[in-house]
Amino acid sequence: MSARLSPGRTIAAHAILIAWTLVALFPVFVIVINSFKSRKAIFADPLALPLPGNFDWVGYETVLKQGDFFLYFQNSLIVTVASLFFVLLFGAMAAFALSEYRFRGNTLMGLYLALGIMIPIRLGTVAILEMMVASGLVNTLTALILVYTAQGLPLAVFILAEFMKSVSDDLKNAGRIDGLSEYRIFFSLVLPLVRPAMATVAVFTMIPIWNDLWFPLILAPAEETKTVTLGAQVFIGQFVTNWNAVLAALSLAIVPVLVLYLIFSRQLIRGITAGAVK
Amino acid sequence: MAARKPVRWHIAVFLAPAVMVYTALMIIPLFGTLFQSLMNETEGGDRVFVGLQNFATLFGDALWSDAFWNALGNNAWFFVIHMAVQNPIGIALAAILSTPRLRMAAFYRTAIFIPTILSFVIVGFVWKLILSPIWGIAPGMLDAVGLKFLFAPWLGKEEYALTTLALISVWQFVGIPMMLIYAALLSIPDEVIEASEMDGITGWSQFWKIKLPLILPAIGIISILTFVGNFNAFDLIYVAQGALAGPDFSTDILGTFLYRTFFGFQLQLGDPYMGSAIAGAMFGIILLGVCVYLFGIQTRLRRYQF
Repeated sequence: MSARLSPGRTIAAHAILIAWTLVALFPVFVIVINSFKSRKAIFADPLALPLPGNFDWVGYETVLKQGDFFLYFQNSLIVTVASLFFVLLFGAMAAFALSEYRFRGNTLMGLYLALGIMIPIRLGTVAILEMMVASGLVNTLTALILVYTAQGLPLAVFILAEFMKSVSDDLKNAGRIDGLSEYRIFFSLVLPLVRPAMATVAVFTMIPIWNDLWFPLILAPAEETKTVTLGAQVFIGQFVTNWNAVLAALSLAIVPVLVLYLIFSRQLIRGITAGAVK
Repeated sequence: MAARKPVRWHIAVFLAPAVMVYTALMIIPLFGTLFQSLMNETEGGDRVFVGLQNFATLFGDALWSDAFWNALGNNAWFFVIHMAVQNPIGIALAAILSTPRLRMAAFYRTAIFIPTILSFVIVGFVWKLILSPIWGIAPGMLDAVGLKFLFAPWLGKEEYALTTLALISVWQFVGIPMMLIYAALLSIPDEVIEASEMDGITGWSQFWKIKLPLILPAIGIISILTFVGNFNAFDLIYVAQGALAGPDFSTDILGTFLYRTFFGFQLQLGDPYMGSAIAGAMFGIILLGVCVYLFGIQTRLRRYQF
């Protein structure tokens, strides 16, 4: 049992965490409260809560009438979830190969895959666009999923390999003595042990994909393949003076990624504690 | 050791999907771009090989080099702020969060990470609103505590704009070092902590002498991730200040410079060849940083197996 903290230090810890939590949430709070207020109230008193005197749905009405936001949400969700699945599966497999086996070219292969962490995939945009045009994948969600899988893999391999190095060799060798195949060792021994790392990688992979503006704009700008970030950006451009609508659109754009994050963060907590206790 | 077996197909099976997707969509297009940086167009519009001439123009010709060195300097400052502010705050928050039996730790951790999940579209828009002298949340709040004289239109002044944007970026991304360090701290086994307590090492000295050395590999990872992320940055500057990175290019970093050059902006035409050269220079800078990390730092870190 570790020593109990003195009450003074506990209070100090809470004070610091509460202070930073307020700093972190304040801008989100500003967007959300003002999205429910009338135009006049937004300007008169930006920090007032939406109360009966100044409450107004007009922003949300404009958004729901204008953009096809449900379709955008669906597109973003499909792209994010599919890319995430491939990044985690392929990334963990490659990380296992690199951290577990000694073979000729191991270090070289590690460096080759790590190259993608430092080089933004955007530098190759023109060539990617040409490739997608040639294969007829422009304006499909498949194009986005492929690009995001490639974009997420290097970091996933890098982080997962770091974590897999600390999985005990004895455990894996015990599995081998019991006659498990290398595939079984990977899927049933190693994967469960690196779950916290997987959850971390999932959060870090998911966010840039959901929020990306660049590739949706270039590879899939059609109405039926627009993602929610692109939809919101186009919306800000069209309604730049209609603050009600812009704030409502931004509030709506926050919701899905927040939900997705909350789901994964529970997994993150469970994964982290499972990993720590073993 | 499995090394005695003749052909270990499972290694290939494990590596193949990742390597194929990655090679086709990342490496091939990237090298296409690097190759293009060695090319240029003649008056007649033919592509010709010009060697390193584009780079000579970029580094030496005042028309290009002023903008390039300005962007590089700004980018370095952007990185310095992240290393000096974001990572210490992240480590401190993680250390506090990992206090045993701290109530509501899960809530704090979730809340502090929320800015990180927001898109740049939202972050840029909301901070512009908050810092705007017209709408006036920031001046109003400073007024309430009697510090109104401190207010300045931070995003509009050349001397503050870059630092302000860097701090906005710190605000947004502090969750990443916090999460990684937190996971690293939790993976330290209780026996190690208990042993140190038996020896009378607790509190601050426990953090400095026991935990910090054990999480150094994680700190190494966040440092290199910060470096790479900062030298690739583009979106925040773009959504807050536009592609011209105003006021008067004082917030111009390599990403925005590349964008303007590659795709053109307003009256300036896009130049794919010089754009590729800037991309090549960014590639070089980042490669250098990563090599320093991989060969100079990572190999010296001790890793512990529990």
